[in-house]
Amino acid sequence: MARDWRELFIIDGAQAAAPSGSEEPERRVGRFRRLRESLRKTRQALQSEIQATLFEDLNEETWERLEEALIYADVGAQTTAKVVAQLEQEATENKWSGGQELSDRLVELLTEIARTGEDTIDLRPDPTVILVAGVNGTGKTTTLGKLAWHLSKELDLKVVLAAGDTFRAAAVEQLELWAQRAGVDFVKGDLGADSASVAFEAIASARRDGADVVLIDTAGRLHTQDNLMAELAKVRRVIAKQIPEAPHETLLTVDATTGQNGLRQAKAFSETIDVSGLVLTKLDGTAKGGIALAIAHELGIPVKLIGVGEQLEDLRPFDAGDFARALVS
Amino acid sequence: MFDSLSEKLQATLSEVRGRGTLTEDDINAAMREIRLALLEADVNFKVVKSFTGAIKERALGADIVGKLNPGQQVVKIVSDELTELMGGAARELSFSPRPPTIVLMAGLQGSGKTTATGKLARYLRTEHHASVAVAACDVYRPAAVDQLIKVGQQAGVDVYEQGTDRNPVDIARWAAERARSEGKDVLIVDTSGRLHVDTELMTELADIKKAVKPHDILLVVDAMTGQDAVNVAEQFAEVVDFDGVVMSKLDGDARGGAALSVKAVTGKPILFASTGEKLDQFERFHPDRMAQRILGMGDVMTLIEKAQDSFDEQQAAELERKLRKQEFGLDDFLEQMRQIRKLGPLQSLLGMIPGMGKELRGVKVDEKEFDRLQAIILSMTPQERRHPELIKGSQRLRIAKGSGTNVQAVKQLIKQFEQMRKVMRQVSQGRMPDLGALMRQAR
Repeated sequence: MARDWRELFIIDGAQAAAPSGSEEPERRVGRFRRLRESLRKTRQALQSEIQATLFEDLNEETWERLEEALIYADVGAQTTAKVVAQLEQEATENKWSGGQELSDRLVELLTEIARTGEDTIDLRPDPTVILVAGVNGTGKTTTLGKLAWHLSKELDLKVVLAAGDTFRAAAVEQLELWAQRAGVDFVKGDLGADSASVAFEAIASARRDGADVVLIDTAGRLHTQDNLMAELAKVRRVIAKQIPEAPHETLLTVDATTGQNGLRQAKAFSETIDVSGLVLTKLDGTAKGGIALAIAHELGIPVKLIGVGEQLEDLRPFDAGDFARALVS
Repeated sequence: MFDSLSEKLQATLSEVRGRGTLTEDDINAAMREIRLALLEADVNFKVVKSFTGAIKERALGADIVGKLNPGQQVVKIVSDELTELMGGAARELSFSPRPPTIVLMAGLQGSGKTTATGKLARYLRTEHHASVAVAACDVYRPAAVDQLIKVGQQAGVDVYEQGTDRNPVDIARWAAERARSEGKDVLIVDTSGRLHVDTELMTELADIKKAVKPHDILLVVDAMTGQDAVNVAEQFAEVVDFDGVVMSKLDGDARGGAALSVKAVTGKPILFASTGEKLDQFERFHPDRMAQRILGMGDVMTLIEKAQDSFDEQQAAELERKLRKQEFGLDDFLEQMRQIRKLGPLQSLLGMIPGMGKELRGVKVDEKEFDRLQAIILSMTPQERRHPELIKGSQRLRIAKGSGTNVQAVKQLIKQFEQMRKVMRQVSQGRMPDLGALMRQAR
């Protein structure tokens, strides 16, 4: 089954307890259906390729087609080459002639790659500081709004939302609306203010009021803009000055429609602010989100959350097994 | 922009380029490299197949038989095909003979529609001297209307908005009516981001189209999009039959292959390129120039056009007079520096110079250095600026303090300026300066 929020968050020494009023089974089923639904197109796209491939005799073309299918899912040349080479080798060694064995093993391989590093979010520190960054238009503000809602409404935590995007016109207003919906505290600066100062203020206010989690938004920036990346590094430094272990979680939002540039994004942001996990957004389109596999494979950064739509419940914990299965079965 | 693709193709072709004769194996090897480079650049794999197929066919065919340098011919073929793939010569919006011309913007969430709307508005206002209004029809994303109001203000155009309570179709219709009655030349309709598989919202977009009958529909495509770009474009083409593409976020290191694929698959040309966060970082897309840029042939045309835009003829004549009379002082130097900086970030200018792309890759231009130079010059008296050679120790100290730099920096600036003046004298006297020596000194 899909991973639940309780498996994603670690609270007070144990995994998160059942959220208030524990989810009714139908609701879980509904959510799972939505996840399946959002990955359905992805699945279909890969499925047709793989089935057509695997039901035929194994030959050179089989591997070429599998390669194309993975490339088409934005998995990228390097990761694709590794998966195809390993599968080909195992197929030869085990004398598989096609069908189920190959298909199962393919899912396994993809799952292994997707499941990398620490894939939970530890909420035990008081307050837990979560910093969110990413390229323009990848869905940072929306992700934070939904995350605030989950933490506040479902886990009953006291949350402070910090509007660190002081650059984009109306970004503060956008986050403020989310804060109202989620019923959480909101800290903002003026347009053009230093986002580090907003982060500072948010942590100070969280400590003053005994908040559990501080969520810090930042302005979208291209990873090639050195001055903006330096500014982001400063936000992180300012946070660490107040709480040495913070930010406890640094999330990078990556749009599922992103191609191979996603690798460069992840690498550059990781070098600047030490990314601990990805949020793979906009998985509800026809995009495959395969770039997440490439990032996991080449950089060892796990996906922690996925976005499958605009509704509040459309932010979901990432499940490597589901993701891989949904991709190919 | 497009650095890696350009580099890869150059590396592949430089082997072929030097060769006197080509075998089929040579061509096959080159095609394999091109295929991989294009796939890594997110070009749709079907497009890659037909692209390499077409090149190979032409390369093996009669095209290069009897030509002196087949390597050069292959480069030319790749360049031709790449240009074709990106849509031939540059195209403009189609303006209505009876204003207002209505432009509808569409795209996925986060592709950069609202920013592109503001940039296009500014572009049409300044380049076409049109009176422009923008309509806020994104009623779904929180604060999207506020964002357009702010962007519209920055662009210096009117923003037509009715909050978020009305239906976007009604707002669009109302805005079109208002643009007509207020005698606007152009109305740009911003819409909310929508997924190409969201039937309801796609229908709404078709309804907006029906209501305002736009003359141009532009699809905004993120340059970083992967293989899915083709699906998205096909869906949008089916529902609203858009006319052209605005490629956004081209200022990153995205290889932009997706945008090439969109043209190849839908046949819709790329009209504009959005290359930065500032509103004026927006230009017409020139497929032919971009193809040359990818192949490392530079983009001199864009550079010249940019220069023409920002240099004043009178100033140029005055500068020439000063050079001849040897009255060129630090003030004039400062003015020159400001002119060049008006062209845009130096980093992007360097990429347009033929042959520079590769050599200067990885070289970061420190724009702050110019601020420092400016601070030093502005800390001098007018007399000192005219005759920097007369600046003595105590003056240097004062200037260093005034500009927040050190004596060393002041000395260096004056020394470099002296050298520059010497070169200029030589040039104005018709002698060729020793550029090599100059470069060595500059380092």
